[in-house]
Amino acid sequence: MSLSRREFLQMLAVGAAAGLVGDDLISRRAMAADKNSSALYDLPAFGNVSLLHLTDCHAQLIPTYFREPNINIGLGGAKGRPPHLVGEALLKHFNIAPGSIEAHAFTYLDFEEAARRYGKIGGFAHIATLVKNLRASRPGRTLLLDGGDTWQGSATSLWTKGQDMVDAQKLLGVEIMTGHWEFTYGAERVKEIVDKDLKASNIEFLAQNVNDATWGDLIFKPYVIREINKVPVAIIGQAFPYTPIANPRYLIPDWTFGINDDNMQKMVNQVRSKGAQVVVVLSHNGMDVDLKMASRVTGIDAILGGHTHDGVPAPSLVTNKSGKTLVMNSGSNGKYLSVLDLEVKGGKVTDYRYKLLPVFANLIPADKEMTAYIEKARAPYLGKLTEKLAVSDSLLYRRGNFNGTFDQLIIDALLAVQNAEIAFSPGFRWGTTLLPGDPILMEHLMDQTAITYATATVNNIAGDQIKVIMEDIADNLFHADPYYQQGGDMVRVGGLQYTLDLTQTHGKRIQNVVVNGKPLQASKKYKVAGWASVQPIEPGKPVWDVVADYLRAKKTVHVGRPYTPQLKGVTGNPGYAPI
Amino acid sequence: MTQPQRRIFLKGSLMTALAVTAGSVIGFRPQWADAADWNKDAFTAKKIDEAITALFGTGQMTPSASVKLKAPAQAENSAQVQIQVSTDLPNVEAIAVFVEKNPSPLVAHASFSGAEGFFSARMKMAQTSDVVAVVKSAGKLYTAKQTVKVTVGGCGG
Repeated sequence: MSLSRREFLQMLAVGAAAGLVGDDLISRRAMAADKNSSALYDLPAFGNVSLLHLTDCHAQLIPTYFREPNINIGLGGAKGRPPHLVGEALLKHFNIAPGSIEAHAFTYLDFEEAARRYGKIGGFAHIATLVKNLRASRPGRTLLLDGGDTWQGSATSLWTKGQDMVDAQKLLGVEIMTGHWEFTYGAERVKEIVDKDLKASNIEFLAQNVNDATWGDLIFKPYVIREINKVPVAIIGQAFPYTPIANPRYLIPDWTFGINDDNMQKMVNQVRSKGAQVVVVLSHNGMDVDLKMASRVTGIDAILGGHTHDGVPAPSLVTNKSGKTLVMNSGSNGKYLSVLDLEVKGGKVTDYRYKLLPVFANLIPADKEMTAYIEKARAPYLGKLTEKLAVSDSLLYRRGNFNGTFDQLIIDALLAVQNAEIAFSPGFRWGTTLLPGDPILMEHLMDQTAITYATATVNNIAGDQIKVIMEDIADNLFHADPYYQQGGDMVRVGGLQYTLDLTQTHGKRIQNVVVNGKPLQASKKYKVAGWASVQPIEPGKPVWDVVADYLRAKKTVHVGRPYTPQLKGVTGNPGYAPI
Repeated sequence: MTQPQRRIFLKGSLMTALAVTAGSVIGFRPQWADAADWNKDAFTAKKIDEAITALFGTGQMTPSASVKLKAPAQAENSAQVQIQVSTDLPNVEAIAVFVEKNPSPLVAHASFSGAEGFFSARMKMAQTSDVVAVVKSAGKLYTAKQTVKVTVGGCGG
């Protein structure tokens, strides 16, 4: 399918009405009445090189809901600056009209009502149509970049060891990628995909910051220089620098990671000396790390980033020693597609236009070829995927610095099924959203839990050790220096309450920990349920089976307010909007 | 060597490097290290200031951008943290590495005579700590430091 911009907009306006029923039709009619809806995709081509960027889709092949956070706190220099803005503060900063379709795309505000109105987001068939249209309106001058976290996050990706997503990437026409959760399939599987599938499809997997742990050799190509519309464009890959710490090191025992600023500068200098007129980093650092890296490394035109799942409507411009760098972050779950149009004149970037396009599945017709592929990929697993476990009468979501409602459900299940005093669940930023009344299908539960090290655990842990763990994780989120952060959210907790003092430093943030109404005792052992241990452990029942048992028995679930610790030092913080 | 995974590299001819001695934390002493160079007081000192004074006879040091310390911001494996010290200072006589919060902070000491100022080793770290590199050049001490974080991990992204 190749469409002119005019044809594409017309198609959006009529809503490709054929075959629509029920909610879809209502939602689409509502959007047709909203002038802003079709204007969303009215994106005239600009300049002579266009970069399309998709990141952190977490293997979401079909449309879903994804609620943005109401708590995403930035401290120190990051306070009140993108990406640490939520809700009204975000709308105000980026001048987005409250109540508009874009307000829904970028914030949690009135989530349920707006989600029912505007429908689901993402889906590879809808992304494919958008990509094809952008390529048609920018002929011979696009590059499609994938920032990673593509092979993990769904049941089918886990069961096919990433293969369903690799095949979807090929069909979508991804040209260059980097990675993070990809590595959790193990070094051997990653190499197999890179050397066979990706190579055969001319997809580059780039990382300047993954080395052999013994000899220091690079594992992947650090960069490529592609001639786009007669302009030499360099793309440098930056994988998630803390993979062996945030995820099990035993899966990639011979690889060492890191931010490696020095080598990044070396790569930038190298591609410039080879004649690159545009230098772009395809990064999985996370936005705070990207902002710092942009201030330290000079000569990068743009960093197209991911990892922290920040849907940031406009770039941050960072000044460094001898230039300026645009820093962007393109959200997650297939919710957005970044379009960076660059004007390159006289050997350098002279101007740009940027748009983080929300992918509304009801506004963009599904690509037939991709739809057929997705149906085929899902067919062998459909029975398992669509098993109805329970119905939720609450909005279920994960994203946010502290417990989301879906985490609360997992925590409740762990406490009940494992008969534990305390439950911990990791602060992952992926995990889709369900509206009240939606059935919880097995695949929705897998969207929250599908990892290669999902064994549910029960351990007896001393109180002082519990505090150490919580302090460490809080520091990985709230350390003043982004290079000492890891980009996840705070561990989700159940069975204990605490105070988090954000004016303090490591070792002093976690206060007043209470278990069963009594202060945490340093030497007492507590029965703690959890999952996703990064240490090598004996494989056992995966967490999704534990939670599925709970849901099947419950049939209907209600989740009240998700637990948020007592916070100190957040008054007036534009990244904090308690609900 | 008891732990073959750990390596110490010196650039230039090894013959020009007089000796490398490593603290008990690192778990071994190279067989070619001259036993006479083993500075027991320095390697067993419990405080970094005491270790520096015991090793160099003075605690007076100047922070210097010419001392390049390459260490991870966060340790992937606290039992083997790769650190590298290099310098373009002239007449390097010694390079020492300290981990402030280790039970015995001095973890390695290399004496030089004519070799390029480069030292690389893997260290064990007990907890998050400043790592301090000290270079003795033309009789004076120059230093650089960096925090290396040791964390429980998990929960990322």
